[in-house]
Amino acid sequence: METLLQVRGLSKRYRTRHGLVRAVDEVSFELEAGRTLAVVGESGCGKSTLALALLRLVTPDAGSVVFEGVDFGAIGEARRHRMRRHLSVVFQNPYSSLNPKMRVRDIVGEPLRTVGLRGPALYEKVAEHLAEVGLGREYLKRYPHEFSGGQRQRIAIARAIALEPRLLILDEPTAALDVSVQAQVLNLLRDLQRRKGLGYLFISHNLAVVESMADEVLVMYLGRAVEIGTVREIFRAPLHPYTRALLDSVPSTDPALRDRLRPLSGEVPSPLNLPPGCAFAPRCPYARDDCVAARPALEARGSERRVACFHPFTEETLQ
Amino acid sequence: MNTAVLSVRGLRVEFPGLGYTVQAVRDCDLEVGAGEVLGLVGESGCGKSVTALACLGLVPAPGHASGSIKLCGHEVIGNTERALGELRGGTAAMIFQNPNAALNPFFTVGHQLTHPIRLHRGLRRAAARAAAVEALQAVRLSDPELALDRYPHQLSGGQLQRVMIAMAIASRPRLLIADEPTTALDVTVQAQIIVLLRELAASTGLTVLFITHDLGVVATLCDRVAVMYAGTVVEQGPVGAVIGSPAHPYTGKLLGAVPKIGQGRGELASIPGQVPNLAAPPSGCAFHPRCERASSSCEQQRPAPHAVEGPHLAACHHPLAPTAAAAGAR
Repeated sequence: METLLQVRGLSKRYRTRHGLVRAVDEVSFELEAGRTLAVVGESGCGKSTLALALLRLVTPDAGSVVFEGVDFGAIGEARRHRMRRHLSVVFQNPYSSLNPKMRVRDIVGEPLRTVGLRGPALYEKVAEHLAEVGLGREYLKRYPHEFSGGQRQRIAIARAIALEPRLLILDEPTAALDVSVQAQVLNLLRDLQRRKGLGYLFISHNLAVVESMADEVLVMYLGRAVEIGTVREIFRAPLHPYTRALLDSVPSTDPALRDRLRPLSGEVPSPLNLPPGCAFAPRCPYARDDCVAARPALEARGSERRVACFHPFTEETLQ
Repeated sequence: MNTAVLSVRGLRVEFPGLGYTVQAVRDCDLEVGAGEVLGLVGESGCGKSVTALACLGLVPAPGHASGSIKLCGHEVIGNTERALGELRGGTAAMIFQNPNAALNPFFTVGHQLTHPIRLHRGLRRAAARAAAVEALQAVRLSDPELALDRYPHQLSGGQLQRVMIAMAIASRPRLLIADEPTTALDVTVQAQIIVLLRELAASTGLTVLFITHDLGVVATLCDRVAVMYAGTVVEQGPVGAVIGSPAHPYTGKLLGAVPKIGQGRGELASIPGQVPNLAAPPSGCAFHPRCERASSSCEQQRPAPHAVEGPHLAACHHPLAPTAAAAGAR
């Protein structure tokens, strides 16, 4: 498999009146073409900032983003602009990401105009992309308010794939949708990936959705990657206590399993001026003295997994 | 569960508009027994929140509610504002999805928390403050004394939702109506709130009407569940029975559409079409245009709820067979 995206030590810091916020702190990962990497974590863990830094909608402070062999930081703005058509993004809320004053043909046609398409050829192409997301050409002249949430998200996806990108960043694409519609949109995304060989960076806080969509998963806590590996391995045997806690917090649809719900104590602390140790230590039931003293680095555990923890679970302790 | 704390009979809520009337709730029947946690589940626009608001006589104008809603024996519909004022907060309290929007940013938590306590329990300032501290301890907020002097923006979403629950239970209501209180929270905090509500229900005998779209939350928290579709309850019963062996095809499909941990990767069952427009709801059974089991009778005649087994009711002409339904949900 060819590597589509290679991220090394990506960091984004914000200087505020109250101190330094490390929104994304030395995050590294790789994504292959046609595969899905999910980024999970609670609000404020940096998953959306990571997406913005990848797209250079915010300028990263450190680290490199290599897309199809080209280092985004090393090229000029003009070239980066041309490269950007290969990356696209779908946002969480289709009620705010579509301009209410534009017709569907102009919303989906806007990226196509930037590459010089005009007139009947443009609308033909728009109709083609709408068909790909399951919308007919009778919708071309409609406005966003005439559509339901699921249909709006389809329009946003049609716009995102208009320039035939190689990588799609999906920032909580179904969080604003109802379950029955969520299933339709997830199935559509899976189908598009199969047909076009798209790579997906799938940002989500819903672990069940992640399991149904992704090949690999990156778990973030307060700007740092704490565990990364294949979905199959991580969901079977989480090694970082935080990953385990996240999985134990998801309420099961089986009433017989209701006592399995084990909430983590406390809440995500303020990202300002974090202590030197492991950021999760204050909430971690397994924290020891060394966790507070120093910050664990991401280290390989087995062939497919990296974990940032001094005392990770092992196959035996998980039982 | 012999006495019903809340009893809703034939509730209809209509919102007149220009040229059309939206029938947000259409003949909804519900009952919540003392000490019971009932989950009211459904997709957006199914009328679950409007039903909750109607229970406190809070349907926003120009909406109009008809039918009967009895709160501990007191009729809500058509009652005077004065009588409703006593029911609200005193007999039944409500918490909302977004605690940030429910609290006034200009007043301290203590100010907002002691006000209803003084009103409903007739306590003096100092006694009300002590009661507020007690309520905050009951919802396991760390440093209750400190929290009372804070403004809402100084607390996190999870802490604020705890404050809201404390405010609701401080005046010792019989019924707590919770409208998606965990939807805006992170999973770890949601789990904390679920456990808290479970403990409160068990220790104080609090009756809860819990509105949500999340079937996982229902399965983990509730004793009974009522599934709403297009303004009406299509299925209700004990959580184990309804989720383990759904009788209404909508419930079955909804369960199939929820991604579940441990299910692995793969296609999800989705429900074709969309939720109907309640300005012009489909004839007969509202689910028939999206239902593969629909026949001509579904199109013409609205099914009445009938017993599937014991307290498990479903409103469907062609309910799923117990075994097939259990298999379909997995």
